[in-house]
Amino acid sequence: MKTVCLYFEIHQNIHLKRYRFFDIGTDHYYYDDYENERSITETAERSYEPALKALLEMADMYGDYFKCAFSLSGCAIEMLETYAPQVIELLQELNNKGCVEFLAEPYSHGFSSIKDAECFKEEVDRVCKKIKALFGQTPKVFRNSALIYSDEIGELVADMGFKGMLAEGAKQVLGWKSPHFVYACNRNPNLKLLLRDHSLSEDISYRFNDSSWSEYPLFADNYAQWIANLPEESQVINLFMELCALGIFQPLSSNILEFMKALPAQLKERGITFSTPSEICSKIKSVGTIDVPYPTSWVDEERDLSPWLGNVMQQEAFNKLYSVAERVRICNDRRLKQDWDYLQASNNFRFISTKPNSYGAYRGIYDSPYDAFTNYMNIIGDFVTRVNNIYGGMENEELNSLLTTIKNQDEELAVKEKEIKKLKQVVAKLGGTEALEEPKAEAPAAPAKKAAPKKCAPKKATAEKKEAPAKKAPAKKAATKK
Amino acid sequence: MKVLMFGWEFPPHILGGLGTASYGLTKGLSLQSDMEITFCLPKPWGDEDKSFMNIIGMNETPVVWKDVSWEYVKERIGHKCDPQTYFDLRDHIYADFSYRYTDDLGCINFSGRYPDNLHEEINNYSIVAGVIARQQQYDIIHAHDWLTYPAGIHAKNISGKPLVIHVHATDFDRSRGNVNPTVYSIEKDGMDNADCIMCVSELTRQTVIKHYHQDPAKCVTMHNAVYPLEPEIQEIIKKGRTKKDNNEKVVTFLGRITMQKGPEYFVEAAALVLQRTPNIRFCFAGSGDMLEEMIELAAQRGIADKFHFPGFMKGKQVYETFRDSDVYVMPSVSEPFGISPLEAMQCGVPSIISKQSGCAEILDKCIKTDYWDIHAMADAMYSICTNEGLYEYLKVEGIKEVDEITWEKVGHRIRKCYDETIERFNRH
Repeated sequence: MKTVCLYFEIHQNIHLKRYRFFDIGTDHYYYDDYENERSITETAERSYEPALKALLEMADMYGDYFKCAFSLSGCAIEMLETYAPQVIELLQELNNKGCVEFLAEPYSHGFSSIKDAECFKEEVDRVCKKIKALFGQTPKVFRNSALIYSDEIGELVADMGFKGMLAEGAKQVLGWKSPHFVYACNRNPNLKLLLRDHSLSEDISYRFNDSSWSEYPLFADNYAQWIANLPEESQVINLFMELCALGIFQPLSSNILEFMKALPAQLKERGITFSTPSEICSKIKSVGTIDVPYPTSWVDEERDLSPWLGNVMQQEAFNKLYSVAERVRICNDRRLKQDWDYLQASNNFRFISTKPNSYGAYRGIYDSPYDAFTNYMNIIGDFVTRVNNIYGGMENEELNSLLTTIKNQDEELAVKEKEIKKLKQVVAKLGGTEALEEPKAEAPAAPAKKAAPKKCAPKKATAEKKEAPAKKAPAKKAATKK
Repeated sequence: MKVLMFGWEFPPHILGGLGTASYGLTKGLSLQSDMEITFCLPKPWGDEDKSFMNIIGMNETPVVWKDVSWEYVKERIGHKCDPQTYFDLRDHIYADFSYRYTDDLGCINFSGRYPDNLHEEINNYSIVAGVIARQQQYDIIHAHDWLTYPAGIHAKNISGKPLVIHVHATDFDRSRGNVNPTVYSIEKDGMDNADCIMCVSELTRQTVIKHYHQDPAKCVTMHNAVYPLEPEIQEIIKKGRTKKDNNEKVVTFLGRITMQKGPEYFVEAAALVLQRTPNIRFCFAGSGDMLEEMIELAAQRGIADKFHFPGFMKGKQVYETFRDSDVYVMPSVSEPFGISPLEAMQCGVPSIISKQSGCAEILDKCIKTDYWDIHAMADAMYSICTNEGLYEYLKVEGIKEVDEITWEKVGHRIRKCYDETIERFNRH
């Protein structure tokens, strides 16, 4: 029994504007609003809206039979909310039909997964919250930016409580194995892996309208037959693609949507079902673990990180950016955090690629990879300075020692908190009705008195006095004051 | 195949890019075993490399019959050429030029440079070419740059062999559009009479088609190349740069300081860079008619302390300058080809070139900006100086790229072009 897992990525890059080095230190706004609005509106009009409408139609037509999955990057959600809210509405409508699963992914569509685990977890959490708020679902399956996967990432994702993850069925990883089975992460077999069938996926997303392709024109019955012809024991056929494939990569005039609409009927005829990723994870057992020592992705023929981190410029930009990851994570500056999300996006690195065929003609506003690099580094230069400024030019070591102090204090505070609770209960028991109103005033004062002689540090004492309204913030302020 | 070439400059006595290009091209061509090249020069110095071709000096070719003995000729010019050539050439004097000023051997004197009486020298060159064209045996004529076009036409008329002209530059490049009518007419005449026009870049080819109204079918693009660095020069590069204090970076421009090269854009861009970053120095090597103007401009912008004019560089000095540079800039307003960025890249110096230069057509591992876009240029300089990744990438990949651009490959393309031209010529 075969089942098809259809998944669409929704991501839109936040375009950076032309930023000369003269702007460093004077201009802290990095984005090309015009281009952002234009590109998202265009994508929504030409692709997202018609494609989602077609999927809605399919949901109506096939009822419970048809299912698919989506993931949205945080940047895409922000852009859609601002410029094309109708797309979100369509997604909600689709969600109401009960045929859609939403997956988690990093907020920025960046590479924190291979560089900074803390930052990565935080990003994924944010997307989960956002998905919960918009669609009422808590994602159970994860998919990384550009389908990047390695053993380490798998372990990280498993630790975060996801039960499945999407990955590329890359040749260098699979070898003779077939992507049509469920595999598991070798460091934590509880995490199931769904591997993309890149050939069948790209038949739709890349080759559908290519008249020089030997299978052109592709019809739904042929395509369904290919799937039906796969060996009997095949279990899952994972078709993962960007939603832009329907309408942008393959123009609407190629009748791609008609093809999609016709596909479920053809598959049904051949006894093939549709499943969402989490259904697969719960129903199908894994056939074994798979070793992925080096990260794989769903881009280019190499299916690795080379389009983003293939040359020294990309690596320098990447390292420079993540050199401030921790500082950004612990700061409270919302604008910095927002810039951090946008700057991490994978597209920024892709523009710097020098691979001959990597990005075709599309480089956005940039002439060449060098131009893209220069522009990005100028922005990073300004960004890094801003981040460092809020720490008053503190050295990394100094900051680290302060961070450990804060962490220790946090733990101490937690202990104290428990004590207070206990004391409150004791007071309540002892004082009876009288004490009911008093403890509020009494309780915070009591530990302060107790703590002061122990530590004999005035700053810390003040920090604790303020503890009642906000737990973390004052401790950090104490650190930044230094 | 035998080729009669007319040229003006030849290493080691060169004044600009023409000599370097003539040398490389001839040498690349000579690697083909059946290629015989005779190269005519206004004034050979005797120290030219004659290993792969035959050089005839215009100032050693008689145009007036003088009764001189073998010994006398040997004593006078024997160190530069075979006396027999002199007597062979003397047999082909075709008219009475005794009204012209000639020396004791009946030869006309040439400066071999670009003197004030350039037009007279061009005319003399063409007169002498008539003698050589009658004496030599060849299948095709190849004339380099406009100075030798009249000689090429003359030779073509005498021998009835096809003429190939090589456009290393046009007057539109040199003058930013305000052409000198005399020069234009010589250029146009040469192109009209040529059977094949080789242009050093597509940019030049378009100029030739558009401004000289030539048939696109006979214009071909023949990009220049570079010669691998001599061991002696590699030594200089290897020695490593002169130690500098406080990690200063050096941005270099090397070339004639003339309108064509866009020097003012370099100064303006430098001023922008220096507003933000103090630890960069600018080196403006070369001389030319805009030198004083540029010194004044640098002073006006208040950057004279960081902006240096070391003057004209030659030979090894050029490579020492490259070695000590972190960035090479060529902001040419209109550059038919521009060989210097290739040389800089050979030495591992990342280059910024204007999109208006011919070499931009074959280079990828360098930064290209519009010559007028001083912001982009300044940004690129700053980026290379501050981002190690970009510097390393351009340095390493640049060397790789330039190593692939060889005169030998150009030689094969020229040969193919010759064959086609001869075939077409014989058909008519």
